[in-house]
Amino acid sequence: MQLTTEEHGEIVKIVVQEERMDAHNSGSLKEEMLKLFDEGKCNLVIDLSSVRFVDSSGLGALVSGFKNASTKDGNLKLCCLQPQVRSMFELTRLHRVFEIFTSADEALESF
Amino acid sequence: MQDQISVDITIPNQTKYLGLIGRISENLAHAPIRFSGDRDELAFHLNLVLTEAATNAICHGNEEDPHKQLRITIVISESCLTLKVFDEGCGFDIAAMANSEAKETDEEGRGIQLIYRLMDNVHYRRQEQSNVLEMTKYLR
Repeated sequence: MQLTTEEHGEIVKIVVQEERMDAHNSGSLKEEMLKLFDEGKCNLVIDLSSVRFVDSSGLGALVSGFKNASTKDGNLKLCCLQPQVRSMFELTRLHRVFEIFTSADEALESF
Repeated sequence: MQDQISVDITIPNQTKYLGLIGRISENLAHAPIRFSGDRDELAFHLNLVLTEAATNAICHGNEEDPHKQLRITIVISESCLTLKVFDEGCGFDIAAMANSEAKETDEEGRGIQLIYRLMDNVHYRRQEQSNVLEMTKYLR
C-alpha cells in the first residue's frame, strides 16, 4: 500500500495513496500504525482523500488503529472521506465511533 | 429471448485480484440493463458484495492456498442479478458468521453481514467439487 506520513508536532498524518483499501493492502496500514505506536506516536490523522472504496478489511485496519491509539491515551481521527467511503461508515455505523473531518487541517486542529 | 448478460471469471486464489473483481462488477452496474434505481449505488454495492464474498472464499473457503482457484459468475436478467462465488475448500459456517453481530469496535466479522444486508437472498451450499455462495438481488 502506498502511504505517506507527515509529522505535525505530536500528531502524525498518514495519507493513504490508494484508490482501494481491501484485504490485499489494508494490512500495510495496520503495520504502519503499529510502528508509530511503538515509537510513542499515538495521535494519528488518516487522510482518505484518495480512497474511493473501502471494504470490511479496510475498516478493520482503521478500527484496530483506533483501539490501539485509545489504549495508549491517544486518538485516531479520519478526514476527507469520499461519498462511497462515507456510506460504508454509515452502513456499519462506524461513523459513530470515529471522529470524521472534512479537511486534514480541521482534523489536526481538533487535537 | 430475454436480454441477459452472463460473465464467468476464474482467478488465482490471491487477494491481489480483488481490485479486478471490483472494477468488473462496477462496470456491469452501468451496462444497458433494465434498472431504474441509482446505478452508482448499485455499482458500489456490487463491488462491495463481490469483494467481501471473494475475500471470504480466498481466505476461509480456500484457506489462502495460492494454487487454488476462485470462480465467480454474474448473471444479470431483466428481473434480478445473481452472483455466485465458488471455492474449492472445506466450506465454512456461514450461518454462524451471519448471526454473530459485529460489535462496533470488532476488527472482523462485518463482511458476511454486509452481504446479507445488501442482497435479497443469500445461500451457501456444496455443489459437486466446490462450495458456492449464491447471492441474488432483485432489480426493481
